[in-house]
Amino acid sequence: MKFFQSLGHSSLQFIAKLGRSSLFLWAILSGLGYTLSRPSLLIKQLYNIGALTFWLIAIAGLFVGMVLGLQGVYTLSTFGAESALGVMVAASLVRELGPVVSALLFAGRAGSALTAEIGLMKATEQLSAMEMMAIDPLKYIIAPRFFAGFISLPLLAALFSAIGVMGGYLAGVELLNVDAGSYWSQMQSAIDFHEDIINGIIKSIIFAWLVSWVALFEGYDATPTSAGISRATTRTVVNSAFAILLFDFLLTALMYGAN
Amino acid sequence: MICIRNLTFSRGDRKIFDDISMDIQPHKITAIMGPSGTGKTTLLKLIAGQLQPDSGTILINQQNVHQLSQAKLYQLRKQMGMLFQSGALLTDMSVYDNIAFPIREHTQLPESMIRTLVLMKLNAVGLRGARELMPSELSGGMARRVAMARALALDPEMIMYDEPFTGQDPISLGVLVKLIQTLNQTLHLTSIVVSHDVQETATIADYIYLISEGKITGQGTPKELYNAYSEWVRQFMHGKADGPVPFHYPAPGLADDLLDSP
Repeated sequence: MKFFQSLGHSSLQFIAKLGRSSLFLWAILSGLGYTLSRPSLLIKQLYNIGALTFWLIAIAGLFVGMVLGLQGVYTLSTFGAESALGVMVAASLVRELGPVVSALLFAGRAGSALTAEIGLMKATEQLSAMEMMAIDPLKYIIAPRFFAGFISLPLLAALFSAIGVMGGYLAGVELLNVDAGSYWSQMQSAIDFHEDIINGIIKSIIFAWLVSWVALFEGYDATPTSAGISRATTRTVVNSAFAILLFDFLLTALMYGAN
Repeated sequence: MICIRNLTFSRGDRKIFDDISMDIQPHKITAIMGPSGTGKTTLLKLIAGQLQPDSGTILINQQNVHQLSQAKLYQLRKQMGMLFQSGALLTDMSVYDNIAFPIREHTQLPESMIRTLVLMKLNAVGLRGARELMPSELSGGMARRVAMARALALDPEMIMYDEPFTGQDPISLGVLVKLIQTLNQTLHLTSIVVSHDVQETATIADYIYLISEGKITGQGTPKELYNAYSEWVRQFMHGKADGPVPFHYPAPGLADDLLDSP
């Protein structure tokens, strides 16, 4: 009996939270006009959220690419197919690893910081004070951060893939003597702009929307105490990761499942 | 100015306010006092329209706060200043920018005019020299004075103080008491002070409402309340440890409790 009671309770809570977060998202989207009219707010957040995450993404991209290069040569050489290394590295990066890994790293670096920042603003009554000054914090604080995340992550994912391809080159061609010409030419002929690159970009746009939404909502909805903010920050990372992986599966099924 | 009628508000199962009515006179300092946890801050949030009551009305200048559209409510809030207990300064801006913030957001004034306004507001609270500091570099009392200057930035008609005296050293306390009084007189403000510091509040308030357990338990001028007939009011006003509000949280008898070892 207790079990059913708690099941019902948590389902109700989940649905209520879904409702609150949808209203929250709606309020953010209606702040788009305000954000566009105040580019300085957006640029500041693009720097905080996007530019400061660049080095993490660049280094992670380089290493993921290098590992792909090493593993690729190791596996492909058993079939004598080292020349296909470029295709393998590029396809796995632009289709999957680029959007997914950069979104996961983004959630850990920028998402958690956003949640903590908004949660602390709530705890110190800064959001409430803005409301009292007749300034809507959803427009002034939340919307610029949301759109900055929305713009930053796809760009970061593209950089991740590009740097990863260079990493694969370093490991495969420079270190393990795969032919440079076949690395690039096979990649060029096999990677399709629409099939691979556009689909990868669509994925990262959807991940950007998910991570920014989750991070800002968790901060805004946090219990305004230190324990509450720490729980909210954890939830941001965990829930974003789940959402990214779930949506990655759904999108991959939609994009490539029919073939 | 402000007219509260039959206001009821509850959180979960607990009734914070149960059918209370009060009037706040223009250009006076009205104090709302009561023990901690009686929802005095909640009352301010209800007046400002940040919370919705279960029933009852709050009229400010004949406008029902809780039936206004967001645009109208924001228009009304420009005429209200609020001083939060923590100060609630925006931590990523200097003192100067904190005070300039509402002016920049709501007006098209040139920067030179804003500078003049900000310096005048800061001068009124005696912190013109601290304008370059960041909120983290201010003491608690200074942060509250800056917040006061910010609350006055748009020249409001009324200002609400949430526990302005809590946790202040005697000098800061004296400064704040004097400021609330002089600002009220010179700017013809309507002030609402929420507090449980009887001594300080009673020296400046024109009228006091005492709230306890969701009801108004006493009201009148400070003098009337000090000599009130109600024992509860006297206990609160004179700060006696024991009286109608018992010193002990409800518990079985001490002897029973000690002998009743599990």
